[in-house]
Amino acid sequence: MRSRAFTFWSRAVEVSVLAVAICFSLGATDASARFANLSHRLYCTCGCAELLGECNHVGCPESGHELKELTAAIASGLSDQQILDGFAAKYGATMLAAPPTKGFDLVAWIAPFAVFAAALLGTILLIRRWGGLGGKKQTAAAGEAAAGDPAEQERMERIRRETGSDGGF
Amino acid sequence: MAAFGSFCLLIALALAAYNLFGGALALRLLATGQPTRVSPERLADTARRAGIAAFVAVTGAAFALIWSVFTNDFSITYILEHSNRALPIPYKFAALWSGQEGSLLLWAWLLGIYGFILRLRHKTDVRLYAYAGTILAGVQIFFLAILVWAAPPFALLPGYVAGGPVPADGNGLNPLLQYPEMVIHPPMLYLGYVGFSVPFAFALGALMMRYPGEKWIKITRTWTMVTWLFLTCGIFLGMHWAYAVLGWGGYWGWDPVENASFMPWLTGTAFLHSVMMQERKGMMKSWNVWLIFSTFLLTLLGTLLTRAGLVSSVHAFAQSSIGTWFVVFMCIVLAVCIFTYVLQRSHLKTEHHLESLVSRESSFLFNNLVLLTACFVILWGTLFPILSEYVEGSKVTVGAPFYNSVAVPIGLFLLFLTGVGPLLPWRSTSLKAIKRNFVLPSIVLWATVIVCFVAGVNPWKSGAFDQGSFYAMVAFALSTAVLTAILSEFFRGAAVIMRQTGRNLFAALWLLTRRNTRRYGGYLIHIGVVIVVVGLAGAAFNRSTEKEMAFHDQLDIGPYTLVQVGASQDANADFDSDYAVLDVYKDGKKVFRMTPERRFYHLGEGVQPQTMVAIHSIPEWDLYVVYEGINQDTNQPIIKAFLNPLVGWIWFGLAVIVIGTFVALVPSLTPATAALRVPGTQAAPIAPALKGGA
Repeated sequence: MRSRAFTFWSRAVEVSVLAVAICFSLGATDASARFANLSHRLYCTCGCAELLGECNHVGCPESGHELKELTAAIASGLSDQQILDGFAAKYGATMLAAPPTKGFDLVAWIAPFAVFAAALLGTILLIRRWGGLGGKKQTAAAGEAAAGDPAEQERMERIRRETGSDGGF
Repeated sequence: MAAFGSFCLLIALALAAYNLFGGALALRLLATGQPTRVSPERLADTARRAGIAAFVAVTGAAFALIWSVFTNDFSITYILEHSNRALPIPYKFAALWSGQEGSLLLWAWLLGIYGFILRLRHKTDVRLYAYAGTILAGVQIFFLAILVWAAPPFALLPGYVAGGPVPADGNGLNPLLQYPEMVIHPPMLYLGYVGFSVPFAFALGALMMRYPGEKWIKITRTWTMVTWLFLTCGIFLGMHWAYAVLGWGGYWGWDPVENASFMPWLTGTAFLHSVMMQERKGMMKSWNVWLIFSTFLLTLLGTLLTRAGLVSSVHAFAQSSIGTWFVVFMCIVLAVCIFTYVLQRSHLKTEHHLESLVSRESSFLFNNLVLLTACFVILWGTLFPILSEYVEGSKVTVGAPFYNSVAVPIGLFLLFLTGVGPLLPWRSTSLKAIKRNFVLPSIVLWATVIVCFVAGVNPWKSGAFDQGSFYAMVAFALSTAVLTAILSEFFRGAAVIMRQTGRNLFAALWLLTRRNTRRYGGYLIHIGVVIVVVGLAGAAFNRSTEKEMAFHDQLDIGPYTLVQVGASQDANADFDSDYAVLDVYKDGKKVFRMTPERRFYHLGEGVQPQTMVAIHSIPEWDLYVVYEGINQDTNQPIIKAFLNPLVGWIWFGLAVIVIGTFVALVPSLTPATAALRVPGTQAAPIAPALKGGA
């Protein structure tokens, strides 16, 4: 049987994930916002190693016309992906500030989350194997069973225990 | 002096070799108990002394190089390429680490210093220290061998004969390195990098000798904390240097060299946390050993990545052909680690037992999970261009947008754990305790979200979803919640002491911290991290503007108005400079003056431009002004101004981290048996030391 603490945490995680998903799914897409977004997903090709949207150094031979091309591409109704593909085709894939999300380069995006998911699963399985999810009866709330104010007892006990030794965290 | 320096390196190599082989033989004899003519103890001691002598010899080599810089000995190629006569004295020292050969000599010298300290402290545990010293000698041999054969710092000019003509002046130091922080940033970073050799040596040595008990963990932990502190300071000093010198308004560009320093920091941080599981519960022994092995290997990998030219980096000065040496050495180290682990793994077997998912133990597991995932993400992003080129034949760029999308959420999760972990007790907790500990931080979290919206931090403000603002808002909210959680831990503990001893709040906090320096020092470090995160989150709201400014022209940014009141030129033996004088007004009142500058360093026959940024820093933001250049048509300076919110918090956070680490390194005041008198329970005596503690 699942502990109440586990249920509490499960619900908290569910709510958080839902909230984040809703946040990311909201939002309009006007031209200026798209311009700001896309100009920060491309590098200036002058060799300054700055994002296109941030490169306005003196005498830059590239950023001016590249920004104009970006404005024109947005106005022409192309999608973000089409615009990025167009720039990559014209100036080379290194202009993209992050790997494309297709072909082999998609691996760049998937691998970190796959590794994180695998590690998370591994950790949970490990905790389960070590008994952390095995339904063992909770024992630490000793103070709650004590006489007087149980919550206060537990807190005092914990502080006494943890400040009374050099045992680290 | 070149001959003396080369001789010192050769002698050091021979001594280190004796330390390794003599030490290994002695330890082998001690382990087998085989009767010999020479006492193994004496052999081990001579090996230890050889290690100390090797340090003296490397010091001699380092001295020879510095002497050569100060005496402008341009018959040495390294001095010719990295110094000149006009170089100011502090930067003459910086020449030691400004190039490949010198920086490797610095590495070997710092390793010698660490080894020297370790060998002097051998009486702590003679046998363990003998193992660690011997392993360290193996690492030292690698660096000395590179210095002798692959990257000799005392190589003379081609065709040079003693007493023959030498160039009148050197090429000078890279202007990017002519900044005060460059005198301390590389040594700090190297102290961090090199320092991880010591815990590695202890871990490997303890495994080899099947060290009984956990004492080696305590020894290693102190070394790791010191090393971690150096690496942390090195990374932050590098950030500040990039911010103040490169003139692009940022401090972290996810450059491969930055990534290379960050990866061992992450695994080292994971080790410092998970090692507590071993100390308290005897768990995760194999994991901890491999964490420290990985950290050491990552320091080598980082060096390989940047010096072998495998990935492009702004630190291109360090590129060379020594990559093969590092690959071979890494393979040897990995093979030794795997072999030793397989052979001795039975020694690391432990009884793992967890009582609850919601416990301090679990939080350490998740903390390690997140730190190592972050390390993987950075390693993956750094190496992916190579992988992509190999598979597809064309290179891709993995820049800030990738890391911001992948690493930032992981970092925020880590921040969440920073707050949650310390609130969870060991073994398990109750729902009641969770509610009690988390209600206040949760309220603060949501209150911060509301305040953010009210203050205009709204990810949907411009119509579309702004990822940067969203992450900033989450970071602010989590930071305040974590800060609340940590501070309430301090105040709860202090409240108990105040009740028991009648001390005031500050005295109680002081005593509380001294009674468990490790715990409360750790909390201080967490507070420092939170402050740093707040500073980093401010980057989401950076603003910048650029203008060609004639005399009395104005430039507006945020609440400031910059007025050009002068533009002039200056020159000295090292550089020429153009600069502008800008009066800064706020609410119609002149508040301060800034003089952004552009220098043109004389390097041999050529000239290299260098930006000198003017920064006015207050807690709210930095006004960051760059002299970009002169419009050749109008002869007017072009000024770029940035308003970077909360940047000062990053450097302040570092100061708190440093203080916290020092606190954690100080031994606690009272013995483990001391306990506070707690009302309602069996009265425990107050330790005598406690009475005079504050």
